[in-house]
Amino acid sequence: MSGQSPLKLAVILTVFTTVSASFLVVADMATGSHIALRRAEDLKASLSQVIPDRLHDNDLSQNVFAMDGPDGVPAKIYQASMAGEPVAVALPVTGQGYAGAIDIIMGVDVSGTVLGVRVLAHAETPGLGDKIEAGKSDWILAFSQKSFASLVPGQWRVKKDGGVFDQFSGATITPRAVVNAVKRGLEFVHAHHDALFAKGAAHD
Amino acid sequence: MTDDTPLKPVIDYRAIARDGLWTNNVVFGQLLALCPLLAVTGTASNGLGMGLATTVVLVTSGLSVAALRMFIPADVRIPVFVLVIATLVTIVDMAMNAWVHELHKVLGLFIPLIVTNCAILGRAEIFASKQPIGASALDGLMMGLGFTAALVVLGVVREILGAGTLFAGAALLLGNAFKVIEINIPAFDGVLLFALPPGGFVMLGFLLAGKRVLDEKLSERKERDTALATA
Repeated sequence: MSGQSPLKLAVILTVFTTVSASFLVVADMATGSHIALRRAEDLKASLSQVIPDRLHDNDLSQNVFAMDGPDGVPAKIYQASMAGEPVAVALPVTGQGYAGAIDIIMGVDVSGTVLGVRVLAHAETPGLGDKIEAGKSDWILAFSQKSFASLVPGQWRVKKDGGVFDQFSGATITPRAVVNAVKRGLEFVHAHHDALFAKGAAHD
Repeated sequence: MTDDTPLKPVIDYRAIARDGLWTNNVVFGQLLALCPLLAVTGTASNGLGMGLATTVVLVTSGLSVAALRMFIPADVRIPVFVLVIATLVTIVDMAMNAWVHELHKVLGLFIPLIVTNCAILGRAEIFASKQPIGASALDGLMMGLGFTAALVVLGVVREILGAGTLFAGAALLLGNAFKVIEINIPAFDGVLLFALPPGGFVMLGFLLAGKRVLDEKLSERKERDTALATA
């Protein structure tokens, strides 16, 4: 080809890279605040699905604290309170599904009853495992109002394993992973009840 | 502007349009971009969203490459094209995340992959680097629309057969006014195969065969017409 000096080519490439980078900076400045806003809305929406709005009067997304969660890694715990009295927590828990991690958020009230469970992200098989999404099937709603008082730990399994939760035809691993994760989350709440429902835990 | 390049003194805009939409269609003509094609065409709405995002990138990358073509040395043209395309895709990604957030949640994973859509680099190399700005933008638009059409057609077929719905989630993309086009076929949950990539490949095969048959019929008729005209 034209055989230009490497130095000149390097300068040209540098110019192009710099210009591209500055375009990206501008785009980031234009969209950054919007994206942060959308993320906050997403968080609020998923939190209100696992802890009904009528149960608390505080802003969940602002009442957050970190502690070693059910997965053994630091987790963000959201505390709901009514007139200053802690009434429920929302905590993340991860299940190991058929195709990797299943990110779950679950709400548990102060008596240890599950208020709601939602899957935030997963990579399960479309049409089979994705029935764990609330938008695809009612399955995930079966956890609501369940507790270790209403179901002994041995019943926290899919029906195939002798429990009470339905599996899907053609997909047992996915629901089994979710049931196990929720059970683990509930055990975690029981084990750390005092810390989770401590007044003012979330005021840092 | 050196619009008087010796390559093409007169630009045939109709040929550019025909090329992008049909003859040299990204999917049905060039058989490119099959990875995003199979990944997102589980539903027609996702296909439409991905197609439109890709079209934006094709048009803007065509514009940019054509505008900059005098300053891009041949030796480093490919890195520069990739840089331009990657920058544009990142901007589209951020813009979608900010303003069509719901759709971005569905397509999010695939938007950055537009960078690797070989059709875009292909158009930059084959067309935009040798043609004036207007023609390159038109080429990008037509290639993009052709790609969008292919994604939507495959999405429609796969969604009906695979999930028993049509345009599910279209309101996320087009606004709530389009809720009416979301159709749910009663008492049919679909055949799983078509929701998965292998089913996409199978369906693509049928569509390709269909286009071949159609093309053959068309050229036969053309031959017959010219034969009649000369007789």
